Amino acid sequence: MAGHISPKRVYYTIFGALMVLTATTLAVAFINLGALNFPIALGIAITKATLVILFFMHLKYSSRLTKLVCGSAFFFLIVLFGLTLSDYLSRGWSTAPGGFTTGAGTRVTIGPATAEPAEGAPEAPAGAEY
Amino acid sequence: MTTTVLPRVNYLNVRTTVASWMLTKDHKRIGVMYLVVVALAFFLGSIMAAGVRIELTTPQGDFVSADTYNRMFTMHAVFMVFFVLIPVVPAILGNFAMPLMIGAKDVAFPTLNLMSWYIFVIGFLFTVAAMVLGGVDTGWTFYTPYSSNASTSNVLLAGLGIFITGFSSILTGLNFMVTIHRMRAPGMTWFRLPLFVWAIYATSLVMILGTPVVAITLFMVVLERAFGFGIFDPRLGGDPVLFQHLFWFYSHPAVYIMILPPMGVISEVIACFSRKNVFGYSFVAFSSLAIAVFGFLVWAHHLFVSGISPYSAMIFSFLSFAVAIPSAVKTFNWTATLYKGAIWWRAPIMWVFGFLGLFLVGGLTGLFLASLGLDVHLHDTYFVVAHFHYIMVGGAIMGFFAGLHYWWPKMTGRMYSNSMAMLAALLVFVGFNLTFFPQFILGYLGMPRRYHVYPEEFQVLNVLSSAGASILAVGYTLIALYLVYSLFRGEEAGANPWLATGLEWKTESPPSPHNFPETPIVNEGAYEYSKREIKVA
Ligand SMILES: [Cu+2]
Repeated sequence: MAGHISPKRVYYTIFGALMVLTATTLAVAFINLGALNFPIALGIAITKATLVILFFMHLKYSSRLTKLVCGSAFFFLIVLFGLTLSDYLSRGWSTAPGGFTTGAGTRVTIGPATAEPAEGAPEAPAGAEY
Repeated sequence: MTTTVLPRVNYLNVRTTVASWMLTKDHKRIGVMYLVVVALAFFLGSIMAAGVRIELTTPQGDFVSADTYNRMFTMHAVFMVFFVLIPVVPAILGNFAMPLMIGAKDVAFPTLNLMSWYIFVIGFLFTVAAMVLGGVDTGWTFYTPYSSNASTSNVLLAGLGIFITGFSSILTGLNFMVTIHRMRAPGMTWFRLPLFVWAIYATSLVMILGTPVVAITLFMVVLERAFGFGIFDPRLGGDPVLFQHLFWFYSHPAVYIMILPPMGVISEVIACFSRKNVFGYSFVAFSSLAIAVFGFLVWAHHLFVSGISPYSAMIFSFLSFAVAIPSAVKTFNWTATLYKGAIWWRAPIMWVFGFLGLFLVGGLTGLFLASLGLDVHLHDTYFVVAHFHYIMVGGAIMGFFAGLHYWWPKMTGRMYSNSMAMLAALLVFVGFNLTFFPQFILGYLGMPRRYHVYPEEFQVLNVLSSAGASILAVGYTLIALYLVYSLFRGEEAGANPWLATGLEWKTESPPSPHNFPETPIVNEGAYEYSKREIKVA
């Protein structure tokens, strides 16, 4: 929408920040941070997207209704990721002390492809049919 | 009964060429055009259902092969879910009535509205092509790997058709939201809005936020099928359960796209035909929003036996129980509205009573399925089939017919035969229960869904179910007959045959092309029935 005009300086600064963050993503990709690999990559990506939306797309200068609409989209993204991860992150957990596990270790999880089968996890029951 | 002509210029007779329809930007005409396409999809879906019920009258697979049976139930569901249940109330009744109800001349973006219809038709044609070329055998849920590397049927075409249709849904939702925000008549504050408009608003929210996810998910299946991406294939590092998460993230809220607008219809009709203000207006309004938001938090109750983490399953089970609360708020408030009302026995309220009974059964059996332990036994049995038909047909279709019978005089300017309509409501109610109640018992006894053969001992209940389906068919045919008849021979309805409040009844029937001669001004709530005379039928 018409209205706000940002000084060129702002655009150059944000562009610079985006470039630095891109370089960071690349650099971090060469370092194995274990479980942190995925959260860090995603964190940088979210920061970049936020910068683009706030400055390049002028959300920072928009009405509160526009901000609410944009915020609710993010909220639903968090719901989608968060509740899906509630499954993936807890799949390997045992349900009873010394009892059975879900056999989740046999599944591939989101994120680093280094997931090992949980210790002592039995194989998934062969030919389980429903 | 007198045959009268409607000489006045209205939205139907202002221009009558085919081009005038195909290029119209009038929300009322677009609503009617959706009605035509949806009726066609309903017919195709019903033919498929008839095939399924004929096959299941005997335990042996003597009518069709297992493969054909898979294709029939899949195409039944694809047509019914994506081309009937989702658009039936928002696209037809929402388009026709919502702008009238808020006192607007049209929706906010009339051209976009026409474009949404064309997108819908293109998606529909893709899916019809998929059916003509042999159908799809994956089930409407398109679970991987059935849909990715194990299927030889027309998944690409049907998936693309649904993908395209999704955009129609998103654009319609967007259009309605902007319309409700920007186009309300002077004095039409948020808390004077008819509850149907609140319901349409909540539905639009779900359409905008949910539909992109299913579109992307189906697109990923297309990528996996066509180019060998490994998103859902474990051999390539993917996970088939991820598909189920993404699919149900949309498809559970989609149930609320189906049921929220009919709930709005129920509020309108119940107020009018019990001549009372809706009990607890703001609670009913906000429960629509609560359903829309909380509906997004429960999807994995479809995955309890798919191998998800038991901890996650507990969270989703709890949230699924919680989402029953706003639905219960509505049901109790409707009942309280009826209490001590002056019930006016006309066809629309008959459909409402049907809705209340069937939705109650459908909703409460949903709680059975949300229970972690019981779901292990009932999952993928006919109990589930019966449950969601009670919600989707018992809820959405009964609600749609309530609305269609309520607004038909406004849409066409003519009355249908009330006694015929009462009979049809009764036939559909009886036929529906006879079709689906035996399926609860079948599922409880352990008959799995999606098989074309079954053990001998299930035959009696299956025959009952098929008999019920034929009564349903008679009921639906009857509706088509007397409604079409009313177009030609129906009595002239007049502006307000139900003596209803609401702006749509303040203009003529059928309304003029621009709805109101002058912009209406609102100075009271939506349901000021107690102040009006009661018409004794
Ligand atoms: Cu669900």
